[in-house]
Amino acid sequence: MHKIWAIFRKDLLIEFRTKDSLTAMLFFGIVVLVVFNFALGSLHQAVRSAVPGVLWVAFAFSGTLGLNRLFAVEKENGCLQGLLMIPADRGAVYLGKMLASCFFMLIAEAVLFIAALVLFNLTVRNEIPWLMLVFVVGTLGFTAVGTLLSAIAVNTRLREVLLPLMLFPVILPILINAVEATDIILNSADYGALKLPLTVMSAFTIIFATISYLLFERVLEE
Amino acid sequence: MIEARNLGKYFGRFAALNNLHLTVSDGEFIALFGKNGAGKTTLLRILAGLSRPSRGELKIKPSRQAPPGAVRGHIGYLSHETSLYMDLTAVENLRFHARLTDVPSDDRALAMRMQQVGLAGRERDPVRNFSRGMQQRLAIARAFLHNPDILLLDEPFTGLDSSGCDFFKSFLAAAHADGKTCIMAIHDTRLGYEIAERLVVISRGAVALDAAKPSLDYAQFREKLEPLLA
Repeated sequence: MHKIWAIFRKDLLIEFRTKDSLTAMLFFGIVVLVVFNFALGSLHQAVRSAVPGVLWVAFAFSGTLGLNRLFAVEKENGCLQGLLMIPADRGAVYLGKMLASCFFMLIAEAVLFIAALVLFNLTVRNEIPWLMLVFVVGTLGFTAVGTLLSAIAVNTRLREVLLPLMLFPVILPILINAVEATDIILNSADYGALKLPLTVMSAFTIIFATISYLLFERVLEE
Repeated sequence: MIEARNLGKYFGRFAALNNLHLTVSDGEFIALFGKNGAGKTTLLRILAGLSRPSRGELKIKPSRQAPPGAVRGHIGYLSHETSLYMDLTAVENLRFHARLTDVPSDDRALAMRMQQVGLAGRERDPVRNFSRGMQQRLAIARAFLHNPDILLLDEPFTGLDSSGCDFFKSFLAAAHADGKTCIMAIHDTRLGYEIAERLVVISRGAVALDAAKPSLDYAQFREKLEPLLA
């Protein structure tokens, strides 16, 4: 457990020192929100029904940028081989990187959500705890798959292109259910209906995190 | 003890290793020679557990049946690359590695390591500001922080100045005297001959020459080596 924590802390330290990933994620996410704000401006009151989709497009695109950087930093100077030499199950590396990726994405999501509130002139109060729950579960699912695929893509020449090509088809169930859950919270407030999308997202996350944990060693060995 | 039997590693149709046999007893110091692409680095990466052989059998004491990852705790691997994070300070790099390898990570222990490699006083400097030689010194401290039994070294003198070379030669001599097994890939024939006690030449992915140093003087060794490097 302390090895997972050490990897998480190391990634945090590097990110807070360089701000490479978060800056790119936030910049890109805000640009997406601004473009949608102009495109949907004529909808007026109905814009609220479009916000769940807009939010998750912004989250997914900015999250992909973060995932691209996740293992790129380990390729510089062969740091990845240093990580792989740890005298423990290499799944610890997967979990440490996944946690770091999830943390950065949640920070970006918080900022992007506030930006969306301002841009789309939304008011939320009681919805916030439910939205946080959906964001956390959705982001865990996104990064559970994304961390493994990022590790695969980093050893290829076309990693920036390859990652989204592999990632988006696989995470479609997460994105669809996250959009649906966000829509229920923002537009119907029928919180009982959240059970299905949250269950699907949780099951997806557990299954893919387990598979990724088990496959991780195989993926990184030549 | 390391025992490699019939080891093969293929990248597509290219055979980086081809029926390689090598047995290394505990405490031996082996220098691996061979021209570029002979298979030295591939062999070291397989021994380090970073690469999986395409065929053959590899046994490393403690056996591979040990709990997952346990054998890696007995191996220290110093490669061409430093495996250092440029945006962390020297001591942060060492502390991170110490935490991963379960060795003391307090300031005092790490400062002692820095002193051992001649970097005392530079603990708080970002690695980005280090020269190549200083990075190599820090990489040495990082790779062997957990006091491994088996040292795998791939061109370890790269980037070191003359005082750095002297320091590292004495480091290796002390490790050897301490009973550690050392396998070092090196292009500098004289330096390799001087340091090691067993000389192994790899050619086309297989062992082409395996001799104990006392059986060959340097001139005889060069004579045998030249055709294999051609």
